[in-house]
Amino acid sequence: MNAPLRHPEVAADAALVHVRGLTVDFLGGRKPVRAVGGVDLDLKAGEALALLGESGSGKSVTLRALMRLLPEKRTRIGGTLRIDGQDVLALRKKSLAAFRGGTVAMIFQDPGLALDPVYRIGDQIAEAVVRHEGASHAQGRARALELFERVQIPSAARRLDNYPHEMSGGMRQRAMIALALACRPKVLLADEPTTALDATVQIQILLLLRELQRDLGLAVIFVTHDVGVAVQVADRVAVMYGGHLVEVGSSGEVIGAPAHPYTRGLLASRITPDSPKGVRLVTIPGSPPDLADPPPGCPFAPRCTLAVPACDDGLPERVALAPGHAARCIRVGAA
Amino acid sequence: MILFILKRIGYAAPVALGVSLVCFLLVHLAPGDPLSAILPVDATAEMQAQMRAAYGFDKPLPVQYGIWLWKVLHGDLGNSIATGRPVLAEVSRAVGNSLILAASATLIGFTFGTFFGFVAGYARDSWLDRVASAVAVFGVSVPHYWLGIVLVIIFSANLGWLPPTGAGPQGSGNWWPDLEHLRYLVLPAVTMSVIPMGVISRTVRALVGDILHQDFVQALRAKGLSEFGVFRHVVKNAAPTAIAIMGLQLGYLLGGSILVETVFAWPGTGFLLNAAIFQRDLPLLQGTILVLAMFFVTLNLLVDVVQTALDPRIERA
Repeated sequence: MNAPLRHPEVAADAALVHVRGLTVDFLGGRKPVRAVGGVDLDLKAGEALALLGESGSGKSVTLRALMRLLPEKRTRIGGTLRIDGQDVLALRKKSLAAFRGGTVAMIFQDPGLALDPVYRIGDQIAEAVVRHEGASHAQGRARALELFERVQIPSAARRLDNYPHEMSGGMRQRAMIALALACRPKVLLADEPTTALDATVQIQILLLLRELQRDLGLAVIFVTHDVGVAVQVADRVAVMYGGHLVEVGSSGEVIGAPAHPYTRGLLASRITPDSPKGVRLVTIPGSPPDLADPPPGCPFAPRCTLAVPACDDGLPERVALAPGHAARCIRVGAA
Repeated sequence: MILFILKRIGYAAPVALGVSLVCFLLVHLAPGDPLSAILPVDATAEMQAQMRAAYGFDKPLPVQYGIWLWKVLHGDLGNSIATGRPVLAEVSRAVGNSLILAASATLIGFTFGTFFGFVAGYARDSWLDRVASAVAVFGVSVPHYWLGIVLVIIFSANLGWLPPTGAGPQGSGNWWPDLEHLRYLVLPAVTMSVIPMGVISRTVRALVGDILHQDFVQALRAKGLSEFGVFRHVVKNAAPTAIAIMGLQLGYLLGGSILVETVFAWPGTGFLLNAAIFQRDLPLLQGTILVLAMFFVTLNLLVDVVQTALDPRIERA
């Protein structure tokens, strides 16, 4: 049952996603706004990475840039972007359409908005199968049924004929996952897949995603602002701030021994079961940088308690702390 | 679905009854005595009373309404005071002609309106959008009787391509779908189509712009659909609203075509209403208004049913 969904030729150690110096500029204003300022990422097959950051940090934009989903007229994507051996930025229309859904698929934040409200779910999945594999509609529906069972939707056959509004939020997200997996992608991008869901449903969806990722050998990039989610689903965590990756490492390293002051602030401001009652939550003072007028050096410097004048002398280099663990901060080790 | 349609018809019945009451009372509220139009100026009081009794105007209003409604339900709308012919025959012939005109105008308006709307919605804020929007605004704002006159001057008077007035050769009152009759239809239909075109174009533009900004469109692209594949989804999402607007426009055109029908001497309901008003032909006026109002009720019913069939989110209860 799992076998037909799995990609046979996925080699375990090849870098499936290879990103170097990814920049995204939004045009159309008085001057271009740099939303992503040079992101480097590598992802192997079967690996899960969490892109952690607050609103406006550029994490969702990065994710959409990987599929070139941003409006072409108003954005400029720079850098190197190779996924499964394809140069994504050079893809022509036809190969781009085959690439989307076929090589890389995306799960959106709110399945209530990301599914077409006037088409039956089964048909929406079948449509993708027909499109990518030249299958008949009936074959597409058969695949949809198989997928519905795979994502544990109860009475799957009946649910295929549902419209999105006839399903609960959790079930819709399962359907969205089924849709994303419809054409056996190698890379799965998930944009805050549990944010719009109830807390109890969140856990179920996360467990399902984790299970699918392991079973199908998918490379997964999770965008989230929730540290708990990041730890739950990811092997590695990349912390994003002001359009830059400020810290990258295994989830154990980043959460257990955060090196960048921003990561530390983020971890300090969450609620844990041991948080004392009646005490105000710790916050990071100030607000995220204005991307239209970014700080000259480290984007976090204006809010950083450890900042020194040298922090404004340009973007800090990556400081390697351990193999695979690095942070962009000149004050790493201080305090 | 059948249950839904039956229920919806059930809701329409009291509306129809109310409409009939309003139609009945409207005429009695209007100033002037209907009989004064047909009686000679020097008629004696005795003659007046006789006529009043002959037409039933001497009975109390509720009784008059009851009698009138009973007759209406049996297809008897009375006789025209001016011509003496049955109102129903006059009205149904006029309704047929108006329906042809309104349907052609709506079809033209809907075709061009959706076309301009999609172009403008897809190419928002580009020069294409501005051109399409300008056409739409022109369509909504130009006085259409004036446009009719201009078209007649150009295509009939100067170029001589199309006949200026009437519904067919030799003032033929019965429309027939042949080429000769079609030539008579072109100018009034085009003139009348500019308003639905403008309204539909503006609506579709807003709809398409709105749909294109929704998450699911990005999700459709993310699953690898071509732009044409995405377009099909946009169309199906825009269809329920666009069709509702089209239905309402058809209703407006059926009733509100007095000016255009008068300019082109098109023997439809507008033309008939105009004549009935000027001749103080109250039974004719009453009958025409009632038939038009019933058309509106039926049309709304139809639009509701079609919309429900198209949009799964509307409860079928």
